[in-house]
Amino acid sequence: MTRLTVPKTYKLYIGGKFPRSESGRTYEVATKKGAFLANAALASRKDARDAVVAARAAFSGWSGATGYNRGQVLYRIAELLEGRREQFIDELMATESLSKSAASAQLDTAIDAWVWYAGWADKYVQVAGNGNPVSGPYFNLSTPEPSGVIAIVAPQDSSSLLGLVSVIAPALVSGNTVVVVAHQNAPLSAISLSEVLATSDVPGGVVNILTGSPAEIAPWLASHADVNGLDLAGAEQLEWVDLQIAAADTLKRVLGPVVGVPAPSVERIVQWTETKTVWHTKSLI
Amino acid sequence: MTENDKALSVKAPSFLDYAPAPESTSVLHLKKHYGLFIDGEFVDGRGDAFTTISPATEKEIASISNANNADVDAAVAAARKAYDRTWSKLSGADRGKYLFRIARLVQERARELAVAESLDNGKPIKESRDVDVPLVAAWFFYYAGWADKLDYAGLGPNPQSLGVAAQVIPWNFPLLMLAWKIAPALAAGNTVVIKPAETTPLSAMIFAEILQQADLPKGVVNIVTGAGDTGHALVNHPDVNKVAFTGSTGVGRAIAKSVAGTGKKVTLELGGKAANIVFDDAPMDQAIEGIVNGIFFNQGHVCCAGSRLLVQENVHDEVVDRLKARLSTLRMGDPLDKNTDIGAINSKAQLDRIRELSDIGEAEGSERWTAECPIPENGFWFAPTIFTNVSTSSRIAREEVFGPVLSVLTFRTPAEAIAKANNTPYGLSAGIWSEKGSRVLAVADKLRAGVIWANTFNRFDPASPFGGYKESGYGREGGRHGLASYLESAGWAAPAVTKGGKK
Repeated sequence: MTRLTVPKTYKLYIGGKFPRSESGRTYEVATKKGAFLANAALASRKDARDAVVAARAAFSGWSGATGYNRGQVLYRIAELLEGRREQFIDELMATESLSKSAASAQLDTAIDAWVWYAGWADKYVQVAGNGNPVSGPYFNLSTPEPSGVIAIVAPQDSSSLLGLVSVIAPALVSGNTVVVVAHQNAPLSAISLSEVLATSDVPGGVVNILTGSPAEIAPWLASHADVNGLDLAGAEQLEWVDLQIAAADTLKRVLGPVVGVPAPSVERIVQWTETKTVWHTKSLI
Repeated sequence: MTENDKALSVKAPSFLDYAPAPESTSVLHLKKHYGLFIDGEFVDGRGDAFTTISPATEKEIASISNANNADVDAAVAAARKAYDRTWSKLSGADRGKYLFRIARLVQERARELAVAESLDNGKPIKESRDVDVPLVAAWFFYYAGWADKLDYAGLGPNPQSLGVAAQVIPWNFPLLMLAWKIAPALAAGNTVVIKPAETTPLSAMIFAEILQQADLPKGVVNIVTGAGDTGHALVNHPDVNKVAFTGSTGVGRAIAKSVAGTGKKVTLELGGKAANIVFDDAPMDQAIEGIVNGIFFNQGHVCCAGSRLLVQENVHDEVVDRLKARLSTLRMGDPLDKNTDIGAINSKAQLDRIRELSDIGEAEGSERWTAECPIPENGFWFAPTIFTNVSTSSRIAREEVFGPVLSVLTFRTPAEAIAKANNTPYGLSAGIWSEKGSRVLAVADKLRAGVIWANTFNRFDPASPFGGYKESGYGREGGRHGLASYLESAGWAAPAVTKGGKK
């Protein structure tokens, strides 16, 4: 006799907790052939706003941590992902109709991306910052700092897990906190990733993951006055120019849509930073 | 009253009395009319010409061409042609040599430029002569040296220029803002169409003559004069690849909207409401001078001005008393006089705004103090003004006045100072005054602003990046970071989608 399995309820990830959508709505996640897999939470405007509040609350702690500390926390995500290989491979195979080797390859690349970005946390300041030789008796140093709360539409065309990691990891490196709308049709690995985040020393609220319709949620994030940056990586099929226009009201930093999954790059880290230049008078001796 | 008393009441002799010492305008060789500078030549604009006046006397200086859409088209076309045929083909070394030439010519004609700037803008000659124009030369000199060293700019090997840059600049530092925009753009290999502010086009016209003297290839720099319509046509022109704007947050917002989806690279340097934080252990003599320089430099027409003074409560009275004493010695008057500390407000419109916000400050319960100084009969003037008992919700504590108006607020703990300093949608600059280095560094870490001055204020240098957080805009000008605003990394797979489809 085969054992009856215990399916998982997939919920949102906001402020380190796993709430259902406040709207009570869910949507069906199915295989590419249409077989039922799960009911995912269909996030609402209120959920998006709650997520921004959680991200703002977490910003001071996460951005105030040392780069060494953040690097270790990000590296630990890779460690835990490695330990949960089977679960992620199964989910990717089911939601994206991938072969086992293709799912495995996507997971490997995602884990390696975490490792690569983790290493940047205590180095990007040296690469993007500068000591400036001003013409006067002043100490003058430029240092990049995180922009704040970054709202992200994760890549939607393929590679649900890798796409998500490729957009949230670079924002986290410098100390930003994020609200991300996951892959609409393949959101299961995103929620499983949030279980990894919840148990890997990433403080609650640093990453907030919403499942549902990017077309519905993205406008609320784009116009939200407490969001500092907008990554439209996966917004190519949306009215993304309108999103960019909405973001201009509070002069958000905006990164436009990409085709596929963005490759790891230090530019993606620096995109979500602000350069602070501190002058200090040198006294007479 | 005795005869003696009468004499004294007419004019008490003071160590501040002085004979007027106006800078001669004989170094100027102004034309009656200036055209647009397109493709290396002055040409008449097709819009209705306007006059530029001296804000100190309201007298006309010259008439200036107004660029309409067709003129903007012609300027962009000239810049495109120069980019394709000349400038992008030149070696970095040769681009650098042109910029070095420009730097030297600016130095040679420094006095003329300073006089023109003070005449047209209203700023004191001691500022245009000792700050603006020397920095203009320094900016060109600094970026000249970068032109053949772009591989070391931190963007990977062989970074690429963007093409034609549309640049719109404000009236507060007309020539300096022009230099901030043009020098890095040309060093990086772009060509330029720039629009000076409507009220301050004069120094840009002399700069155009300098470009002719430098024999800069025609079309590399084009200057179109006009008002908002001209700027609108320029930044929205489909054939520009880059938009750089310095000015109000309102216009910056509109530009950010209008370029959405076009793939144009944008840098915006917008408004500010800087906190200048004075701790009780501050070096007080320097702090007083720094506060004065922070808000009364250039009549307060400075986006990074220290317009919100946050004073630790136990030294509030001392600081305010000393400020009032110091401000009472400032001389307001003829911008061309070498002894003038405070010049004229740049325009009637700006004066009206300063007056309006100051009246609102009073109406909202703040206490107003204005330095006693004679106000000239003609021109636009506003005496240095301090508001005390200002609440954080008051409009003069929240909005950019862009004039010689200081709002004083208090705090008790460093945490309160930081919270108040960051309590603004802006984030351009901030000041910290304290002799305790560890405190300065800790506070500087927590301030959300792009430029922090510790025990100094309003310092600028071509090697030092400048620009804001939050709604003060994005991108940096100055230093290695300023180059990145005009270059694209060859290896960086930039988001490759634009409104019209894939790039």
